[in-house]
Amino acid sequence: MNNIEQNAYSYLRTTKKFPNIWCSGCSIGIVMGALIRAIDRMGLDKNEVALVSGIGCTGRMPVYLDFNTMHTTHGRALAFATGLKLAKPELKVIVIMGDGDALAIGGNHFIHAARRNIDLTAIVLNNEIYGMTGGQYSPTTPLEMRATTAPYGHIEPPFPICELAIAAGATYVARSTVYHAVELDKYIEQAIRKVGFSLVEAVGYCHTTFGRLNKMGSAVEMMRHLKNVSISLSAAEKLTPEERSSKIVRGVLRDIEKPDYSTLYEQVIERAKASVTGKEFLRAGPGGLE
Amino acid sequence: MTVTLMQGNEAVGWGALAAGCRFYAGYPITPSSEVAEMLSRELPKYGGKFIQMEDEISSLAACIGASVGGLKSMTATSGPGFSLMQEHIGYAAMTEVPCVVVSVQRLGPSTGQPTSPSQGDIMQSRWGTHGDHPIIVLYPNSVPKAFDLTVTAFNFSEKYRTPVILLMDEVIAHMRERFEVPAPESLAVVDRISTNVPPEWYKPYGDTIGDIPPMPSFGSGYRYNITGLLHDPMGYPTQRLDEINPLVERLQRKINNHLDDILLYDEEYTEDANTVVISYGITARSARHAVKLARNRRHNIGLMTLFTIWPFPEEAVMRIGRTAKRVIVPEMNLGQLALEVERVVGRHKVVRINRADGEMIAPQTILQAIEGR
Ligand SMILES: Cc1ncc(C[n+]2csc(CCOP(=O)(O)OP(=O)(O)O)c2C)c(N)n1
Ligand code: SF4
Repeated sequence: MNNIEQNAYSYLRTTKKFPNIWCSGCSIGIVMGALIRAIDRMGLDKNEVALVSGIGCTGRMPVYLDFNTMHTTHGRALAFATGLKLAKPELKVIVIMGDGDALAIGGNHFIHAARRNIDLTAIVLNNEIYGMTGGQYSPTTPLEMRATTAPYGHIEPPFPICELAIAAGATYVARSTVYHAVELDKYIEQAIRKVGFSLVEAVGYCHTTFGRLNKMGSAVEMMRHLKNVSISLSAAEKLTPEERSSKIVRGVLRDIEKPDYSTLYEQVIERAKASVTGKEFLRAGPGGLE
Repeated sequence: MTVTLMQGNEAVGWGALAAGCRFYAGYPITPSSEVAEMLSRELPKYGGKFIQMEDEISSLAACIGASVGGLKSMTATSGPGFSLMQEHIGYAAMTEVPCVVVSVQRLGPSTGQPTSPSQGDIMQSRWGTHGDHPIIVLYPNSVPKAFDLTVTAFNFSEKYRTPVILLMDEVIAHMRERFEVPAPESLAVVDRISTNVPPEWYKPYGDTIGDIPPMPSFGSGYRYNITGLLHDPMGYPTQRLDEINPLVERLQRKINNHLDDILLYDEEYTEDANTVVISYGITARSARHAVKLARNRRHNIGLMTLFTIWPFPEEAVMRIGRTAKRVIVPEMNLGQLALEVERVVGRHKVVRINRADGEMIAPQTILQAIEGR
């Protein structure tokens, strides 16, 4: 075992009852590994990291990890994280979501968190299906694919997660796949470092539902598929839009600087305090002006 | 002493600040919006934070997140928004995260009548979220009481680690009344207890004091898990019956064993009254007027004004039922709290007065019922 693998164990909760709930071969563990490696490489203190998730197979990830962890409700993780971040700006708040969690029920929170540019790191594991509830279609299920609720083939176009985040105002957006784990480590680290709303889309797979329904083979075969259909951003730039549309484009799609919400709110506090006249209603004592 | 004229919604905002609220997240909705407007102006002066979220679901979520981060938090809404908040009221109850939810009621169902008063959220405030859960619901009958009960709502939520709902009448929310500004030192403010065990000994839901687990905030060095799933003493999801049952029972017990502290009500002339009016909110003020008129006419009438409606003050109402021959329950709905009164004193004793058209119940209407007309 090399060093990082040994270190990884120190981020797992020894008091938690293992094994985990995931099917063997599931891609969620790879993203969990990438997250651990990114945090380890950054040398973050566990106490200064908070993981917030919604509901779904992906949403279970924080429960296994030894940080400040909050497993919330389906779709609303970003809203919980917004409150936590405003209350404790010094925390690195990382939000882990499935594609349904982030973009169907949580779609509104997703675009607004990006628009506000609140300093959160969102990691969306895109397995193109609702894993936990048994393989119903999600907002990222590709056209024509089968889901337990699309037995005749899916007729809705999928959301491009990264492009949506960019349009909504995110400051850092990157995409990779679970096959390219080293790349994921790097993007997650960059996203955590970024001050502002950052998003990493980790394209994964769910062999148990999506794979089986669409006859895509085992976890290993689905992994190979990800390798084959994905290309780097620089390679993608040489393709025509049609050629590119069938590929998963990996890379940093956006990286800009913009003041984040908390920084701007500090200015609000300064302006409000400057407006204090001394005749305020509650002046001293508990609840009084400091 | 400073005396001022104050609006009910403002009083809620000031009560929150006085109680130490430093976070508000909300979504605009009549007739509650003044609470948000007032706090967007005042909170930052106190170093607190205000955010207008994209809906009521995210508003309560942000409050819970901020509370986990250590800030006392509140949101305010009305019917449609209160409906949207129900999932997270259950989440706060299950995870035992303190927060205050204000619902300034409007006439419903649905969008209903945004500016008309109603007392239609009585049952929703108790059972709106799914599953058996403990909850505390407070109900002011005046502007000064709105201030006091907002402070109490925060105190209860911190002390018992539970969401507390403050139900407001539109009439009180928008009415201006005489308000004596309390000296800050006269206010009792309760803060949640944290822990001082070494972090590696800490059991987030295990080591309880009077059934209430201490609550350090995220980032304080105590790393733990919070989940809306049934959980073990460490806060991890569990399916073990020997872990589920103790949790479910403790959640009920932590409220039910402290009813002496939680149940707030006023009684006037009830000891030997043969008829008692039981009411709450603005309707209790009509009732009070009616009771006064009736007593002037030498009727032996008492009044009970409830400030805590959930848990329902069962013992006190039962005691009234033992002496009173008749209990009149006026409310601006089609009979919600009356169901509880009937359960406790017996249906045959209860006279309901109901109105759900956006108009208040007049004292004369109650007087007529008192006189059996
Ligand atoms: C309000 C609400 N609606 C529905 C559900 C049921 N539910 C649980 S997980 C899930 C979808 C999970 O899919 P995704 O977010 O893509 O995550 P995955 O399981 O694939 O990781 C749904 C619909 C729920 N828990 N809460
Ligand atoms: S159902 Fe799919 S997403 Fe869920 S654990 Fe199994 S393989 Fe992973």
